[in-house]
Amino acid sequence: MIAIIDYKAGNAPSVQHAARRIGFDTVLARDCGQIENASHIILPGVGSAGATMNSLREMGILGALEGAVLRERTLFLGICVGMQILFERSEEDNADCLGWLEGYVARFDASKNRVPQMGWNKVDFANKTPIEAASDFFYFVNSYYARPHDRDDIWGVSDYGGVFTAAVRRGNIYGTQFHVEKSASAGLSVLAGFCGLSN
Amino acid sequence: MLTKRLIACFDVINGRVTKAVQFQDNIDVAEASEMARKMYEEQIDEIIFFDIMASAEKRMIDIETVKKVAACVFVPFTVGGGIRDVSDMYETLKAGAEKISIDSMAVRNPSIISEGAKEFGSQCIVLSTQVLKTPSMPSGYEVYIDGARTATGLDAIEWIKRGEQLGAGEICVNSIDCDGTLGGYDLNLMRLAEKSVSVPLIASGGAGVPEHLKDVFTQTQTQAAIISSMLYSPRLEKNYSVRELKNYLLENGVNVRPATEI
Repeated sequence: MIAIIDYKAGNAPSVQHAARRIGFDTVLARDCGQIENASHIILPGVGSAGATMNSLREMGILGALEGAVLRERTLFLGICVGMQILFERSEEDNADCLGWLEGYVARFDASKNRVPQMGWNKVDFANKTPIEAASDFFYFVNSYYARPHDRDDIWGVSDYGGVFTAAVRRGNIYGTQFHVEKSASAGLSVLAGFCGLSN
Repeated sequence: MLTKRLIACFDVINGRVTKAVQFQDNIDVAEASEMARKMYEEQIDEIIFFDIMASAEKRMIDIETVKKVAACVFVPFTVGGGIRDVSDMYETLKAGAEKISIDSMAVRNPSIISEGAKEFGSQCIVLSTQVLKTPSMPSGYEVYIDGARTATGLDAIEWIKRGEQLGAGEICVNSIDCDGTLGGYDLNLMRLAEKSVSVPLIASGGAGVPEHLKDVFTQTQTQAAIISSMLYSPRLEKNYSVRELKNYLLENGVNVRPATEI
C-alpha cells in the first residue's frame, strides 16, 4: 500500500491524482496505523518547514514515521518541503526538522534572483539510484534549498543563481525539491519509478 | 536556469471555456476539462482558470469543474473567481488546484491575502489585478475590479507593492487597455512592475502573435505570460499550438521548457 500523508496545508490530492494517472492506487494517510502498514510513504509538501513539522506533530505521527522509515526501512519520498524537513534544521521559521539526513536548509539569495523560484528548471541526476531518472525539466516552487552535509546524499542538481540540490537519496529515503506531481511526464516518470520500487 | 513560462488562461462559465474581448461579449469555445487536457498534451507550462461569473452571482467557485480539470492536468493549476475567504481557498486547493488567484476580493478585503498566505504559504496566493492607463495616477495606471467595470482609485503599482507585503507569492498584471486587442503586452507596465516588487510577475492581456511573447520575455524581466486568444479564439483566423510558440521562442533565444514529443 502506498500512503500519501494528508495534512491540511499539503497537496495530497494532487499527488494522488498523479499516482492514479500512472496506475498506482494510494491511500490518504492521517494516522499511525496507515503509516505502519505502508510499503511506500509519500510526504507531499507545500507551505513552510515550521508549519509542516507542526502539522506532523499535531497529527501525532512523527514516532510512527521514524519507526517505519528508519527502523523498518519503508520506502519514503518527500516532495518539496517534504524533502527539506529530512534535514536537521531549516532557516525558514528557524525550524527543527526530522534530521534523518545531516545538513540544513538555507534561503536563496534574493540579490541574485527573484525569490521564490517559481517555474520549470532543468535537473541533472547522478545515475546511482534504483530509480532511473533522465535529465529533464521539472516544476519548482521554493524560496529555500537543502544543503546536505554528505555529498553522497545528492541525487539531482539544478541551477538558480548557483548550483543547488534538487533531489536527494539515501537508502530507502528519497526526496525531490521539485513537484513530481506537477512536472508533466518527467515528474510522473520519477513518481512511477518510486512507486514501482520494492523493498 | 529557470525557464520562462507560458500560461494558458481559461475564462469559464458553467464548466465551459469562453472568450471575451475587453471583458465583454463572451463566446463559447469548449468544455473546460477537454481544453485543459489538450493544452496539457501540447505541453503548456501552467493553466489558470477563472470562474468569471462566480463573483457576480455571489456563489462559491465551480468546484466540480476544478476537480475535473485537476484530474487530467499534471502541471500547476491556478483557480480564481469568487474566492471569498480562507475556507473557499481550502476547498479549492483540496479539489486539486495549486494556487488561488484573488482579484476584486483582495481590493475589498486586503487581509484575505495575508490570511491565505499564512494558512497555505505565499506560493499558493496569486494576486491578479486589472489595470487601466490613467494619467492622473502617480504610476499612470489605476486598479479596476469587478471584471474591469469599477474604478478603485488605487494606484496600480502601489497596490501590487502592498500585495507583495501582505504575502502574495506571485503577481499577475492584466492590462485592460491591451486585453483582447492582440496588439502585444503593455511592456511599459511590466517594466514599472518589475522595479517595484521582487516576487515573480505574470504579464497578461494583448498577446496576438508569437513576437509578442518574445518581446515581453526579452524586453522585460517578466517570468511568465498569459496566452488565451492566440491558442483557441474562434474569432482569429490563425490559432497557434503551444509547440509552435515554444519552438519559435527557442529559435529566438528565449529559454523555455521545450515541447518534446510525447
